[in-house]
Amino acid sequence: MDAMKKEHHLIVSVSPHVRSEETTNRIMWSVSLALLPAALAGIYFFGLKALFVTALCIVSSVVSEQFYIKIIGKKSVAGDGSAFLTGLLLGMNMPASLWSFSPFTVHVPVIASFVAIVITKQLFGGLGFNVFNPALIGRAFALISWPKAMTIWNEPTAAFFAMDAKTTATPLGILKEEGITKLIEVFGDKISLYTHLLIGNRAGSIGETSAIALLIGGLFLLYRGYITWHIPVSFLGTAAAIAWVFGGKGALFTGDPIFHLISGGMMLGAWFMATDYVTSPSMRKGQIIFGIGCGFLTMIIRLKGGFPEGVMFAILIMNCFAPLIDRGVRSKVFGAVKQEKAKESGK
Amino acid sequence: MGLATFKGGIHPPDKKTLAANSSVVESKPPKIVVIPLSQHIGAPCNSIVSIGQEVKKGEVIGEPAGFVSSPVHASVSGKVVAIGEFPNAMGKMVNSVVIENNGKEEWTSLKDNPDYMSLSPEELKEKVKASGIVGMGGAAFPTVVKLSPPKEKKIDAVLINGAECEPYLTADYRLMIEKPKEIIEGLKVLMKVLGVQKGYIGIENNKPDAVSKMKEAASGEAGIEALAMEVKYPQGAEKMLIKAMLGREVPPRALPMDVGVVVQNVGTALAIYEAARFGKPLIERVVTVTGEGIAEPKNLMVKIGTKISELIEECGGFKDGAGKVISGGPMMGFALSSLDVVVTKGTSGILVIPEAEVAHTDDFGPCIRCSRCIDACPMGLMPSMLSVLSEKGFYEEAKEYNLFDCFECGSCAYVCPSKRPIVQLVRLAKSMVKP
Repeated sequence: MDAMKKEHHLIVSVSPHVRSEETTNRIMWSVSLALLPAALAGIYFFGLKALFVTALCIVSSVVSEQFYIKIIGKKSVAGDGSAFLTGLLLGMNMPASLWSFSPFTVHVPVIASFVAIVITKQLFGGLGFNVFNPALIGRAFALISWPKAMTIWNEPTAAFFAMDAKTTATPLGILKEEGITKLIEVFGDKISLYTHLLIGNRAGSIGETSAIALLIGGLFLLYRGYITWHIPVSFLGTAAAIAWVFGGKGALFTGDPIFHLISGGMMLGAWFMATDYVTSPSMRKGQIIFGIGCGFLTMIIRLKGGFPEGVMFAILIMNCFAPLIDRGVRSKVFGAVKQEKAKESGK
Repeated sequence: MGLATFKGGIHPPDKKTLAANSSVVESKPPKIVVIPLSQHIGAPCNSIVSIGQEVKKGEVIGEPAGFVSSPVHASVSGKVVAIGEFPNAMGKMVNSVVIENNGKEEWTSLKDNPDYMSLSPEELKEKVKASGIVGMGGAAFPTVVKLSPPKEKKIDAVLINGAECEPYLTADYRLMIEKPKEIIEGLKVLMKVLGVQKGYIGIENNKPDAVSKMKEAASGEAGIEALAMEVKYPQGAEKMLIKAMLGREVPPRALPMDVGVVVQNVGTALAIYEAARFGKPLIERVVTVTGEGIAEPKNLMVKIGTKISELIEECGGFKDGAGKVISGGPMMGFALSSLDVVVTKGTSGILVIPEAEVAHTDDFGPCIRCSRCIDACPMGLMPSMLSVLSEKGFYEEAKEYNLFDCFECGSCAYVCPSKRPIVQLVRLAKSMVKP
């Protein structure tokens, strides 16, 4: 009884009193983990330079975030993993050729990281409040500021330690400039082209080339419930449909959807960039609209635009619409529709 | 075909094994009971006893003061020693009558009338009213009000809520195992009062033995059916239960009676049976005392007005240092600041969470718009938006996001990876604007 009478300091808080084990940190690190196969494939194919560029982006992103937090005096969010993830994604969206001292382009990843973290994310209010995907703005900024450096593509499978790899064009670049016949000729035959695109030994950004590695990561996120099917399926489905109908030469329905799905940044974009929680719609229905928009814009740019690749701009354009889409597809409140129907039938 | 359910919801670990297998036992007679005159939704009762007065068990001590109200009875025999304000589980001061138990267990009147089913609906309803029966699932809404629908509302089904979807709690489960026949009898009384032909008992499928017990008890009863439902929180919320069992959706801000349904909890059904047959007022109820922080989890039959501290003592006291003591379940229960709070008609459980396991949420992060709360919300709301708007003080805007359709089940806060206090923010917004 004495023990009972002793003053107990009980914790009082609002319900619910139990919480799931999921945390923001765990989500961020899981997405980073899911990117690992593709990042490793990129490093394998493009060598040490790829590793240096990626690492530089990660370090610059994390340092930029800490720098900003220090200056502004914000509560530290170190370890939430989001700056690491942004850095990793940015690095995977850059050509390995940027690790070059003559001409000097090592500053490009550093500045792009700063733009991604400070301007795109923190100035808008930090994690959760940015309108645009930080890594993609970082890349877009770099592409516009240093168009030449950002489009020097190394040949894959050069010697791992080589610092002066040969340059070549990306498959989408060849398609845009010289057409499909030339593209197939470069790779030998169609099967060989597909194989290279799936495995990743082709020119491109560090983390975008291995379609299989990206698919493994994407399916992992899907399986673990970190993303849902809505954005990737609507994105890839729309792109495939447009590629098939309008992607052929001359006649309709003669395009090659498979090529378009596994080339360029399509896989990286659809599974990892467009699915960014903060910059995509929250409503599942809205995510389908968002995905369709991304797929549509990507293919418009690829087929009709001046750039060979359109994933980045497609996602950035759709980012602007995400809040609007959410407003448009507001969920049905439990019981609401039936009430309206009942009213109508009552009239 | 899958089991009956609703859209949304979550799957917290149910933790029911802690107390599920301990039969309901009578708790030790309390030396003193503090009986609040307001244990229900609606007008508080007026005390009709005075200090020094001797009362018997079951004697009315508080008269209802309005239509939505319910009388309060003495739960022990003894002397009224005080009348005054005492804090309830929510920390609100409530006028209460304090009775010192003389241990004689003297009843006012308790007559067995085995032929109670031949009473008229009006007579049965009067018994429910006089017995002070309120919803025992937690909301404590006066039952007689639910049994008095306006003429234009045609009721065609009575649902008995055996979902018990709150983790840890096993009070309703034990009743379904131990008194299935009596629950069915209570349902029959309800059906007679409301003049309906259809009665259902809905039970979450994590209690298969309760499902089979209730099915067995319902077999041979015309129009009564027991159904298993998917295990998903908040399956036991009225609207979700009606959706799962009958496929009907109660419109926003409407009541079950608007779709022709009356819902009662299994404990309430049992109390209704006891009121109809014996004229027994609601002076005791089953309380699950459970959690990792209690030495011996039990299901106790407790006199209304018994202090929580006595129940904890009876269950072997705290284990591993109590961090939080909750009245009700972990999803919607109230954290108590004092163990002097008493058991009321709506107290379904006392849950003790050890200090080490208390989920600390004072250090929450920003909303990352992951959509988990939107998927979890059984009401089809956007809890993410509500929490952000409330956090920034945009309370009017929160109304546009159907703020007042939220019934605070806590599914959103449970799944939130940023550990945002979404329910708290919703309550804040609700308190700042008019519906």
